[in-house]
Amino acid sequence: MRLEKRAQQSAIALALAPVGALAFTLLISALLVRWAGAPVGQAYGLLLKGGFGSVFALSETLTRAIPLTLTGLAATVAFKARLFNIGAEGQLYVGALAAVAVGGLHGGTGFALPAPLLFVLMMAAAALAGAFLLLGPALMKARLGVDEVVTTLLLNFIVLLFVSLMLDGPMKDPSAMGWPQSVALQDELTLAKLIAQTRVHTGLLWAWTLAVIVWALMKFTVQGFNIRAVGANTRAAMFAGVPVTRTVVLVAMLSGALAGLAGAIEVAGRTGYLTLDMSPGYGYTGIVIAMLAALHPLGVVFASVFVAGVLVGADSMSRAVGVPTYIADVIVAASLISVLVATSLTQYRIRWK
Amino acid sequence: MNADLFANAFFEILANPEFWVAVLRIATPLILGTLGVLLCERAGVLNLGIEGIMVAGAFTGWLAVHGGAPLWAGVLVAALTGGVLGLLHALLTVGLALSQHVSGLGITMLASALSYYGYRVSFPKVSTPPTITPFAEMDWLNVPILAQQTPLTLLALLLVPLIAYVLYRTPVGLALRLVGENPQAAEGQGVSVAALRSGAIVAGSALMGVAGSFLTLSAFNAFFFNMVNGRGWICIALVVFASWRPGKALAGALLFAFFDALQLRLQQSGAVLLPYQLYLMLPYLLSIVALILVARQASYPQALMKPYRKGER
Repeated sequence: MRLEKRAQQSAIALALAPVGALAFTLLISALLVRWAGAPVGQAYGLLLKGGFGSVFALSETLTRAIPLTLTGLAATVAFKARLFNIGAEGQLYVGALAAVAVGGLHGGTGFALPAPLLFVLMMAAAALAGAFLLLGPALMKARLGVDEVVTTLLLNFIVLLFVSLMLDGPMKDPSAMGWPQSVALQDELTLAKLIAQTRVHTGLLWAWTLAVIVWALMKFTVQGFNIRAVGANTRAAMFAGVPVTRTVVLVAMLSGALAGLAGAIEVAGRTGYLTLDMSPGYGYTGIVIAMLAALHPLGVVFASVFVAGVLVGADSMSRAVGVPTYIADVIVAASLISVLVATSLTQYRIRWK
Repeated sequence: MNADLFANAFFEILANPEFWVAVLRIATPLILGTLGVLLCERAGVLNLGIEGIMVAGAFTGWLAVHGGAPLWAGVLVAALTGGVLGLLHALLTVGLALSQHVSGLGITMLASALSYYGYRVSFPKVSTPPTITPFAEMDWLNVPILAQQTPLTLLALLLVPLIAYVLYRTPVGLALRLVGENPQAAEGQGVSVAALRSGAIVAGSALMGVAGSFLTLSAFNAFFFNMVNGRGWICIALVVFASWRPGKALAGALLFAFFDALQLRLQQSGAVLLPYQLYLMLPYLLSIVALILVARQASYPQALMKPYRKGER
């Protein structure tokens, strides 16, 4: 078996690829739902309804899409430059930690600065924390050739333990009765609700604005061109005079900052304080979203709503018909793999000889 | 301060044979997993599926034994599970030449999600995890530390020279290394790059599955969530540390297990009063330090992570 590049991609195939991938994913998941002994049609109906079927469902989906959009953007920027940042989970947590460090109610009051100034400082601290966490692996890659995949993955574990340490010590909420939980954020620093009586907050506007900014940066600026050039062919970019190391550093700072902001916005918009289970793997899911969006910053906005809808819908469906919630993770992982396969088949033809 | 206390605790730990038993036990899944990664990478393919494949191997192997199969059948089931997932990785990365990073991560996500899903479907309402009778220690063996291990540890130790022999002393081993260094040249020699790479991935992934099954069939007697806990990623780091050589992989796994066992004992002895999180961080920090130390002389297989398309240059 070998692959042969298609001279031209057929428009029909391009349109059908995502549909086929989705159908395949749904088929696999249907088998699993049957295995759990639940009626497939009803389960899918409930999933759709739970994710998108009402104002409440939609608001929950959009709430979940906020951190996913940001980690999706973090992965998109990094992967575009072939910097394989698998550490968005850790960057999200250090971002959240930095946000609490700046904006938390330490000693009952926290820093006595005007709220708008403190808000800016809080977000800046989160972005910088995420950025610097990725800077290490990026520099080790650029200078020493240490594979960034392994270092960023291992840093996720280190960061989570560090956060746990902080929640036991300096950041501990003294009133939380031994539960590992940080002090709460100052009230003035929390993000406003977008729709009354729901959890969806103005972080959504932040996330979408950042998506547009990242898109514009990639498309219209020299830096964006450099990033794409480094990703397409590092050696060629070097010969063409692109400052490769500087570009990789910029990408790392940008990607880490986006993931760090995801953490700060989760704290400021949803939880109000930091716990160790704040993110159910948003950092890793961000990679799936980036791939589903074919590394297009605006595609990330839609892909994250889709994935968030599946996660939220599966939650409510599993409660109703007794299918384990892990079905959501299966759907997300299976859709990643089938989209990759479908996209590849639109570009290549398989020759069986 | 309490330097004497620390030194005493340290020597007390090292003098205790139980410590060395623990080192070898902790090293076993790392040896198996690292050998698995080594096979894949020597053929030129990164396999980030290891973390999920270990979860899947731990689950399916345990499930088979829980369902009444003998322990070795459970190991076989784990190997088969790994092999099937490896076949999927081969299909994606060798067959379709997709990104090895993304495919591997996708497989890790899929395999862990499927395992946890399968566990919850099979045991919907259990408060304590159901248990099995795990492998017994090899009392019949008259070697001090080894007699207190299970047969899976012996298997892991025997696989090291076996894989070294296959890689360096057989035609198929030579072809496999060639495929990882220079696939064009291999193809010119009449070697099928696709077949060899796929074979290496399937075999390596089977080992990863067995590595996972060690956790449920030997180290513990039940399946827990998050029980693999980054061991797969550590294997990926260990292979770099070992310069892709089976003997050094064994040494690296033992060294790593030594520090891991040491931090556990120091933590328990209370000789050094540090927050427990710092102790737990140590293995991951050590892996990163090890990567930095060997970075300069790391000799990556030349074609690692480079997809090969026949006829393309």
